[in-house]
Amino acid sequence: MNLTLHVWRQKNSRSEGRFETYQAKDIIPDMSFLEMLDVVNQELIMKGEEPIAFEHDCREGICGSCGMVINGYPHGGQKGTTACQLHMRHYKDGDTITIEPWRARAFPVLKDLIVDRSAFDRIIQSGGFISATTGVAQDANTVLVPKSNADAAMDAAACIGCGACVAACPNASAMLFTAAKISHLGLLPQGQPERYARVVQMVEQMDKEGFGGCTNIGECSAACPKEISLDVIARMNRDLLVATIKGGK
Amino acid sequence: MAAALTLYRSTIGKKAIMAITGFIGYGFVILHMVGNLHIFEGPAEFNHYAEFLRTIGTPVLPERGLLWILRVVLLASVILHVTAAVQLTRLDWASRPQGYRQTKRKQATFASMTLRWGGIAIFFFLIYHLAHFTFGVGIPNFAGHESAYQNVVTGFSNPINVALYIVAVGALGMHLYHGVWSMFQTLGLNGARTDGFWRGLAALSGILLFLGFSTVPIAVITGVVR
Repeated sequence: MNLTLHVWRQKNSRSEGRFETYQAKDIIPDMSFLEMLDVVNQELIMKGEEPIAFEHDCREGICGSCGMVINGYPHGGQKGTTACQLHMRHYKDGDTITIEPWRARAFPVLKDLIVDRSAFDRIIQSGGFISATTGVAQDANTVLVPKSNADAAMDAAACIGCGACVAACPNASAMLFTAAKISHLGLLPQGQPERYARVVQMVEQMDKEGFGGCTNIGECSAACPKEISLDVIARMNRDLLVATIKGGK
Repeated sequence: MAAALTLYRSTIGKKAIMAITGFIGYGFVILHMVGNLHIFEGPAEFNHYAEFLRTIGTPVLPERGLLWILRVVLLASVILHVTAAVQLTRLDWASRPQGYRQTKRKQATFASMTLRWGGIAIFFFLIYHLAHFTFGVGIPNFAGHESAYQNVVTGFSNPINVALYIVAVGALGMHLYHGVWSMFQTLGLNGARTDGFWRGLAALSGILLFLGFSTVPIAVITGVVR
């Protein structure tokens, strides 16, 4: 199949970017979206042009590196799918595809489709950790976790930090990401000692990074390749209100 | 107090203020809508209801005492709700300086995407509505609360007023369709088990309040109430 691509090209974070048009020729429907870009890039390299820069690592949908807005949808809009797991069979011969980087003040574009997601790292650094004892590992079943909590914590922990929630949110809000991290630790016994200090610190850092607020629209959850539910945001809100009553301890 | 101020500085704190003040407004519009339906009991009953609102709480409170307490609470709620909304909107609009060429939505509804615009419409309607039925602007021979029934009939015999009211209560219905569910989500009172219930309550509230509020102007203009 042959496709027309409109791709955002931007030399570096300081330069102005613009859309460029490329032809993707002889694409096999079994290719992933990133493999299709590899083919285009190979041709650009052969012609002596700069290839399209995009982030990728595992290409198995679990690392959270890849991410681009494809035809208006983060990761292309297939349910629970990252861009690397998006296959070209979802497109038809002759289609035109627009590819843009995540757009958010807190995610400045570094080059082409690559954005700087260090803001997420700083949110994690501000409180996304637990205190653990050093020394001999304790017996696996010493700390009991109810099944429902273990399941909910695992669902939240599925977040790969790709940033699609921010990209999809009309307010470029990072609530789903932050709430997933707060929930996966806050639901488990190991996360209890810092539970309320954590929510205060992580929310403060999230706001400081310049993300928008939540208007409960739900685009984040719909775009999330790990299908994380809005429930985690309600949990974060609840924990923050309780933390305020407790004085943040 | 310090903790509350810290909370208010966060986006979630401002949203909590919006949820609480929104809840007060939600309670008010329900009582207001139910109260309006007294019009179908005739002039004596409706004017009696208007009088009851002024004397409620007496003799413990002076006449209009409770009415003024409620007015102050409602005014404070509107001010806080609007202030927090403006502050949050400015933050939200600043969060994406460069937009997308293409944006598609999967989960958004008309109600959730127009919440702010509906809010602005309701705000201006509120000013007009108070001028109209509290201060009698645009009502010939406005006779104050003693003839509340007559004021409603005169006010709604003008089709432009009827159209404006129906549009405004439509905006209110849309606002609540998303807002009521949003309130519980923001205050952390939502979860997987309660989500359907709150969404259902929000949809029902929006529809019932729209119908309940539009009944009165329609009844007047069609001559059912005169």
